[in-house]
Amino acid sequence: MPSNKSVSDASITQFINCRILREHQLQREDLWVRDGRILDPEKLFFDEQGYADERVNCEGSIIAPGFIDVQINGGYGIDFSQISEDVSSGLSFVSKKILQHGVTSFCPTLVTSPPAVYHKVLPQVKVHDGGRGGAGVLGFHLEGPFISVEKKGAHPESFLRTFQAGGMEDLMEAYGSLDSVAMVTLAPELAGSQSVVRELCRRGITVSLGHSVANLSQAEEAVHHGASFITHLFNAMLPFHHRDPGIVGLLTSDRVPSGRTVYYGMIADGIHTNPAALRIAHRAHPSGLVLVTDAITAMGLPPGRHTLGQQVVEIQGLHAYVAGTTTLCGSIATMDMCVRHFKQAAGCSVEEALEAASLHPAQLLGLVHKKGNLDYGSDADLVLLDDALNVKATFISGEEVWRKEP
Amino acid sequence: MKLIILNDYDEASEWAAKYIRNKILLFTPGPDRYFTLGLPTGSTPMGCYKKLIEYYKMGHISFQYVKTFNMDEYVGLPRDHPESYHSFMWNHFFKHIDIKAENTHILDGNAADLQAECAAFEDKITAAGGIELFVGGIGPDGHIAFNEPGSSLASRTRVKTLAKDTIIANARFFDGDLSKVPTMSLTVGVGTVMDAKEVMILITGAHKAFALYKAIEEGVNHMWTVSAFQQHPQTVFVCDEDATLELRVKTVKYFKGMMHVHNKLVEPPPSLLKRN
Repeated sequence: MPSNKSVSDASITQFINCRILREHQLQREDLWVRDGRILDPEKLFFDEQGYADERVNCEGSIIAPGFIDVQINGGYGIDFSQISEDVSSGLSFVSKKILQHGVTSFCPTLVTSPPAVYHKVLPQVKVHDGGRGGAGVLGFHLEGPFISVEKKGAHPESFLRTFQAGGMEDLMEAYGSLDSVAMVTLAPELAGSQSVVRELCRRGITVSLGHSVANLSQAEEAVHHGASFITHLFNAMLPFHHRDPGIVGLLTSDRVPSGRTVYYGMIADGIHTNPAALRIAHRAHPSGLVLVTDAITAMGLPPGRHTLGQQVVEIQGLHAYVAGTTTLCGSIATMDMCVRHFKQAAGCSVEEALEAASLHPAQLLGLVHKKGNLDYGSDADLVLLDDALNVKATFISGEEVWRKEP
Repeated sequence: MKLIILNDYDEASEWAAKYIRNKILLFTPGPDRYFTLGLPTGSTPMGCYKKLIEYYKMGHISFQYVKTFNMDEYVGLPRDHPESYHSFMWNHFFKHIDIKAENTHILDGNAADLQAECAAFEDKITAAGGIELFVGGIGPDGHIAFNEPGSSLASRTRVKTLAKDTIIANARFFDGDLSKVPTMSLTVGVGTVMDAKEVMILITGAHKAFALYKAIEEGVNHMWTVSAFQQHPQTVFVCDEDATLELRVKTVKYFKGMMHVHNKLVEPPPSLLKRN
């Protein structure tokens, strides 16, 4: 008989025997959930005289906020950038699979593609909450086509574009619609980009700098206009130079407006970023580090040849190359692997490693009022982990959506 | 009166917790038979609460059929303020055990009618059948609950203005800012605690030594309100060595000599031994 019916009929779950990540620390606290959100048990006790209907024994697990991946191109044979009549079923497939990596919401990422792909794919997917069916979709991350030819990486050169018509017109011509877009990666040195940065930010879309040869002052100007992210730091940008550190210099720039943080994506798969470089970035700017998988079609698949966008890629071990070359074209690491590798390589605390995959991406996307933390009122998107940070179970809105086989 | 003298704070806390544990177990509480427990806040009882939580987690006791009544609460301090006694009880005790909110009672210092709140509190104690065991701590000036020096020894639950000493002592919990410290409280009266079947007072630390001396070696005096319990038929003072510094050697020796008898009170009762 839960005595809380006066407030809500929803049942109350109490996760016991756990350490929860709250206020940057693992704390020996129970976690209470009602109506898909984290509940303040003290208020429940004194105001409602309520108690838990159900107790989940976590057997000493760590409970962290569900991981958020802001850059994932596909996986398990699905490529989000491949044109298809039924994009949403492929997306659902991947979103369900990544629950086992602790990912509870993500930004499906489209690499540089012809307009036809954007026009076909974007309208088929709406921003939606996660659940039993899979991780929630926070909106697309459109990486390109407004990027630098010199730093195109694995993006097909023939589809790269510039802001020749002045800015937003070019953008809208390429993408068609921005309704379900959360983030755009562009090169800030492209003429006309600054007005695009401003307009995207005005519309609540996160602007990321990447695949670019921008110098530091160009990058700082873009930040001044609202850009707040760096796409896979060190990859597809000018290497650090002490007289012009380029985009990398944003990590320690004193021209970032006060009160703002520039975040940066880090593919901590042990391949895309040398551990020493990872440590440099982490030590220079720990609060901005956002772990991304940048995972491609082959994530979750065996070695061999696979398609990424309009290209063929080859998987060898944990490396994914443009077929026939040695150009890296994305990773096949999973988010939980990245968290473990990051902790080990950076020598950081468990808390820091977990926050780089939860709190920081939520801050980046302006979602901290409901995601990326275990504060009262936030969504009960949770990942249960053992001490070695292996995922044991995943919950979305308080509901168990995945559990490791015993 | 019993005076229990333990070596240090931890031992005193453990002794007190075991005493409470045994009282609950021997009472054999049930749905029609609640054990009523009066509870204090403050730094002194924290060790005792920790032990009780331990006993609960080990499955030795349950608070399912226990009703608690707290001694006091500040007036006008938001309930969720970290220094409120509601927050204290939640963080140091209630959230760790299986007690039901409806069985806990803490005075509401934000009630619209404070006097009515106090009267209702007395009524709730009566309705629960009185208090079996009232646990308390004391201040260096010998106050029990917020019954500051000069409080009537016949007092009931009421609004009380805090003494300057208490406000200054509490400032450390409010950023050292005297203006933030509540100046009034709701508190059970000395008479309210006197009505309990049994009273246990925890006194630890050298700074409480003079108060312990006043409590047990001098006469009953409203300037040291804890001394009232000399007239209670069943009171046990639990203290550490430091708190005995002002006592006469004779007093200390007498009570220490009885420890082997008193320690029987905290041996695990047969019901607990059987379960293990």
